[in-house]
Amino acid sequence: MQVIVDMAKCVGAGACVLTAPDVFDQNEDDGKVIVMISSPDEARRAEVVESCNVCPTMALSIQD
Amino acid sequence: MTEIINCPVAHEREVRQFPFDRPGCPMEPSGTYAELRSTEPVSKISLRLNGREAWLLTRFEDIREMLSDPRFSADMTNPGYPLQFEFPMELIGKVKPALLHMDPPEHTKNRMMLMPELTVKKVASLTPRTEEVVDECIDNILELGKDGTPVDLVEHLAMPVPAIGMAEMMDIAHEEKELFTRWVTLLVTQGDGEEHADLNMRVEMLLYKLIAERSVNPGDDLISTLTQRNIKAGKPLDDSEVSALVRAMIAAGHESTVNGIAIGCMVLLNHPEQAQLLRDKPELSGPAVDEILRYSSISDHGTVRVATEDVVIGGQLIKAGEGVVCSLSAGNHDPAVYDNPNTLDLTRKEARHSLAFGYGRHMCAGQTLVRMQLQTVFTKLFTRIPTIKQAVPLEELPFKSFYQALIDGLHALPVTF
Ligand code: HEM
Ligand code: SF4
Repeated sequence: MQVIVDMAKCVGAGACVLTAPDVFDQNEDDGKVIVMISSPDEARRAEVVESCNVCPTMALSIQD
Repeated sequence: MTEIINCPVAHEREVRQFPFDRPGCPMEPSGTYAELRSTEPVSKISLRLNGREAWLLTRFEDIREMLSDPRFSADMTNPGYPLQFEFPMELIGKVKPALLHMDPPEHTKNRMMLMPELTVKKVASLTPRTEEVVDECIDNILELGKDGTPVDLVEHLAMPVPAIGMAEMMDIAHEEKELFTRWVTLLVTQGDGEEHADLNMRVEMLLYKLIAERSVNPGDDLISTLTQRNIKAGKPLDDSEVSALVRAMIAAGHESTVNGIAIGCMVLLNHPEQAQLLRDKPELSGPAVDEILRYSSISDHGTVRVATEDVVIGGQLIKAGEGVVCSLSAGNHDPAVYDNPNTLDLTRKEARHSLAFGYGRHMCAGQTLVRMQLQTVFTKLFTRIPTIKQAVPLEELPFKSFYQALIDGLHALPVTF
């Protein structure tokens, strides 16, 4: 599982960070997302899927 | 894509006065929402405030779709914009728009300057102090009500927690705190126009002073870090824009949090079995906030846009220049997304992605902060005062008028314990 981010879409809402704190973080300069684990293991699938769902701008997606 | 409803008798379409009446339980959304969602999910409304016509969205998916479509604008100077608050018409277009009313690229530039102040990490660093403040408020409540007299949770909990939080985040000096507190209180209680204008001006001057001081002598408060970030980036925003950004944040954040605390406490007081769940299962304290926000959807119809091109949403053609109002409450009670939507269920997982904070590029900038504050307040209040009860029946609570207020709230919430 690969996490794909569209940086142009991210508005720094941090919803992904709250949902999957080990996978995502936020940049100090503009609050935008940082992917800390770009290929999370399967055990994290549920929280990564939920992060994609809570992201208000559809900036996140998963590629298998 | 659903087919376009090209109704040949469009002129006979019912135009309903908005906001709708809300008879029945004040905690439940207007029954008209449920009806419209199944029979006419995109319907015509006329705003009670100014008679402007607009489209009302009531389905979760339609709201998400509209709020992520770049062809809709948040520009309130557009004559089709469904303006729902009193705004001096002669000023429209003259004053600088607040963050909420900007479109990209202006919006992106401003929002990205603010967001680092409200990240998950920043908010986590504010948690211990928030816990202290909430504990102090609860100590005070316990003292005030120890002989059985009712204590007002609005005055003694819902107002001070966000006001103190905001003043400390911005490091407002002791001698200026009173001005600041009076100003944020006025934002909640309206007050008379003259006092408003006077306080607004004084707060504006205060912000200018703080921005100037902290440009040269920065601390680690919000104004300092925001100012420094702006300087480091080559000053994309001038001082008036920095000041406007801070004011926009307070205006968008203060009253909504006061109301969120008050309504949230009311919801829990009226669902004792759910409040008990919160006491028994501390792991529910985070999800509980999401469900309470979904269930109460206090910011129901303030999320509005205007179409800049013809767009089809939910099968309905919305023409360029026409306004759209989202009922976030209707979307949050959409049975297509939430089973038994009118039931409060703190264990509900899907509440996480509700529309309570909006959606799309304007989605609430303060959502992480609010979640932390509400979680601290609800958990502490209901565990520290397990016998807490509402002192008057639900029907007698002084709700803020839903014809005027854009955000549901209470003037007072008396409790005993
Ligand atoms: C329970 C409390 C709150 C609720 C229910 C709430 C709800 C919302 C909603 C629905 C929007 C989107 C409006 C739109 O799209 O037109 C919004 C935007 C916003 N909120 Fe909140 N909010 C709350 C608290 C806060 C707090 C505490 C802050 C700041 C510290 C804040 C700052 C903002 C800002 C700056 C925006 C505009 C964002 C933009 O335009 O990019 N809010 N809020
Ligand atoms: S939820 Fe989406 S918009 Fe928010 S920080 Fe994460 S990627 Fe960015």
